[in-house]
Amino acid sequence: MKVQVKVWRQKNADDPGRFETYPVEGIIPEMSFLEMLDLMNEQLLKRGESPVEFDSDCREGICGTCGLVINGMAHGPKCACTTCELRMRDYQDGETITVEPFRAQGFPVIKDLVVDRSAFDRIISAGGYTSVNTGSAPDANVLLIPKDTAEKAMDAAVCIGCGACVAACPNASASLFVGAKISQFSLLPQGEAERKRRAVRMVEQMDREGFGNCSNHAECEAACPKSISIENIARMRREYMKGALTEA
Amino acid sequence: MSSNRIWQSTVGKKVVMAITGIGLMLFLVVHLAGNLLLFVPDGGVAFNKYGAALKDMGALLYVIRGGLLAFFLFHIVAAIQVYTSKKRARAGRYALETSKGGPSKLSVSSKSMIVTGVVLLIFVPLHVWMFGMNKGAPPPMVMIDGSEVKDIYTMVATSFNQLGIVVFYVGTMLFLGFHLRHGFWSALQSLGAMNPKWTPAIYAAGFVFALLLAGGFLLLPLYFFFFVDVPVAGTGGDM
Ligand code: HEM
Ligand code: FES
Repeated sequence: MKVQVKVWRQKNADDPGRFETYPVEGIIPEMSFLEMLDLMNEQLLKRGESPVEFDSDCREGICGTCGLVINGMAHGPKCACTTCELRMRDYQDGETITVEPFRAQGFPVIKDLVVDRSAFDRIISAGGYTSVNTGSAPDANVLLIPKDTAEKAMDAAVCIGCGACVAACPNASASLFVGAKISQFSLLPQGEAERKRRAVRMVEQMDREGFGNCSNHAECEAACPKSISIENIARMRREYMKGALTEA
Repeated sequence: MSSNRIWQSTVGKKVVMAITGIGLMLFLVVHLAGNLLLFVPDGGVAFNKYGAALKDMGALLYVIRGGLLAFFLFHIVAAIQVYTSKKRARAGRYALETSKGGPSKLSVSSKSMIVTGVVLLIFVPLHVWMFGMNKGAPPPMVMIDGSEVKDIYTMVATSFNQLGIVVFYVGTMLFLGFHLRHGFWSALQSLGAMNPKWTPAIYAAGFVFALLLAGGFLLLPLYFFFFVDVPVAGTGGDM
């Protein structure tokens, strides 16, 4: 299999950047998308050109490090899939594939396809934790939590922080990420103590990082590799308003 | 926390958008319900009586008008800020932007809220000037129940017999339909009043709501243009 990769090259944050198109040969359909990019880089190195920088770590969809916009879709065409889980069999022989970095004010490009997502870390630092020492794990069933509630908290906690929600949102809003992080605490008793302060602080940090407002397009849910529901954005709004109206 | 701090936050801003949007939608429902009296084939008596009853509300009418204007202005200011925040936040354009479909609600309606909104912004003052103030001219009058009231039926019927005005109204109502198609469910989501169990039903209800409201407003000018001749001023009374 052979494809043309039209890829974004950018030396650093100040470089305006541009697209370059590289042919990649010798692809087998079982290869992952990132393995195809590895192959592309080997071929670039052989020709004496500099390889294209991109991020990855676990390559099994659990760490949230990878993240590319492929043919206009964050993490490629499939729902509930990270870039590293994408296979070349989803592409046609001879196809031209456009690969871009996540584009957002809050995610400045470091080089080529690598963006700085530390804005997410700062949002977590603003309140995405419990500051009480909860000790070692309690006996099972000491804290009774209804199954539905536990499931909802887990559905939010599966967020791997990849930032695809921001990349896919027409407004570059981080609402799905922040909604998920607020929800996983607000649904469980451990998160109760700092519930109001957490919601207000995390939302305000999100705003300071320069992400856009949410227009409820729900494209984030489609792009999320863990299919996190925009229900969590609705919950974030309730939590924020409760916090903002009752905290001094 | 201060109300200004809430208003400055993205979440607070969308809550204001939603409350004002819902207020404006409620107004449109009442407005359309009243306007349906134009279909009563009595030469305008029912509609003129309704107009007179509104006027009899006195001070309350001014309170409602003031509230509507405030809602309208807050909605617009928030809309502009949401729009500019989004332009700033994207930083660099994608060469390709494709929706993944699935649970996405990305649509022509959702992407063009600012455009359909600005059309409404241009429309509303023109509409108030044309029908609220009869373009600055003294309105036609008519006798109803022994008192002289404005013959707003004749005013409307006259305007809606002019092709230009009919095209302008019908066109604008199409934009309104698109605004409400996304706006209806979006407002509930902005208020946090959404639950995945209800999302498909409410999203579908938004379509029906937009269709009924825009459709209702859109039929009026067409009805007058095709089926009602310009009445002689002052005949829409009960004498
Ligand atoms: C009859 C008048 C109007 C009605 C009934 C109406 C209704 C609504 C509703 C219900 C929403 C959803 C709110 C939300 O997402 O939380 C909305 C959103 C919006 N409206 Fe209006 N609106 C009206 C006039 C306007 C005007 C004059 C503008 C002027 C620019 C405007 C611009 C917008 C924009 C840009 C949004 C989307 C906000 C976003 O992207 O999140 N609307 N509208
Ligand atoms: S590299 Fe870890 S999720 Fe893709």
